[in-house]
Amino acid sequence: MAKEKPGTIQVKSFADHHVITQPNPLRKVLLRVPESDLDDPVGRAEKALAGLSSEFKNWMTIEADRLSAAHEAILRDGFTIDNREELFRAAHDIKGDAATFGFPSAGAAAESLCRIIEHAPDLDQVPSELITHHINAIQAIVRERTKLDTAMMASALSKQLRGVADEFLLKVNRDRPEHLEAILAPSIVPAE
Amino acid sequence: MYRIDFNKLRFLICDDNPHMRRILRTLLHSFGAREAYEAEDGATALEMYSHYVPDIVITDWAMPIFDGLELAQMIRQPESKGNPYAPIIMLTGHSEKRRVTVARDAGVTEFLAKPISAKGLYQRILNVVANPRPFIKTKTYFGPDRRRNTNNAYIGPERRVGGEMEVMQQPSLLDKARSNV
Repeated sequence: MAKEKPGTIQVKSFADHHVITQPNPLRKVLLRVPESDLDDPVGRAEKALAGLSSEFKNWMTIEADRLSAAHEAILRDGFTIDNREELFRAAHDIKGDAATFGFPSAGAAAESLCRIIEHAPDLDQVPSELITHHINAIQAIVRERTKLDTAMMASALSKQLRGVADEFLLKVNRDRPEHLEAILAPSIVPAE
Repeated sequence: MYRIDFNKLRFLICDDNPHMRRILRTLLHSFGAREAYEAEDGATALEMYSHYVPDIVITDWAMPIFDGLELAQMIRQPESKGNPYAPIIMLTGHSEKRRVTVARDAGVTEFLAKPISAKGLYQRILNVVANPRPFIKTKTYFGPDRRRNTNNAYIGPERRVGGEMEVMQQPSLLDKARSNV
């Protein structure tokens, strides 16, 4: 949609690679404005996001219920490929969304569950309580959020779950260096 | 100081989660964008990419059918009829450094780890608009230059080699792509 007609592409060739450049096709959407310009698109977007916040609790409940449904399917039919993928995607979505929706501890618990699904050599050998505790913790954090005294408890709960999950993963991956490296690598996202 | 005229930008959002799509749409519209198309899986996104010719793609990683990584690889086909050069911002719950490397090697332009923030998204968009990187084509890679810093002393793996050849003028693939729509 950016209206500028893209210029000719230049290809500079080297022995094992080509470097391709073209005039910036999006240059026309870049506006030079004075320092005194008061427009604040980021502030405006933050306000709009805050305007959505009344829906976050409902959205989070839907996400947590989707996770529980995926877990129920596993309890019923075992870790089929589809069941495993759905459990991972549901947990992964919570990991990514929960902090935006105001449930950072649920996000941390979901991240711990994702690590189990990704790095356990055999999901059928994972103690079923370990997965169940993660699901229950996420449900509890979402349901109990309105109580002011639960934020610290939720944080402590998710940290404890992560500790138990990591201990398990380090043990079962002791002969799998590539997984050990991934488990021990720091996250690029700052901690809550 | 520079600002983006979002009004002139066309976005394609690809995320299987309807709540995240709503968040993204809200942020983009608040920035001033009017055109933001949405797909809930990689296959639909690829179709929409050819149809709408977006200026910027924002995609999740983990999705059914084919994921955001595969979407990036499909877009970055130098011989394709479509535009292989559009900036791709990967917005994902994956937060491990190795994932950033994998995304980069698939041709992703910018990586934004969730949780999303208005500031983080704005900065990534500003970066792809204001600081486009040249594209590199090798036997195994086609995408934005993966090196953000120039270091002539680099002697590590995958060091580019070879003397310079002549500059060849070619018709714009982007022009071709747009004229085919």
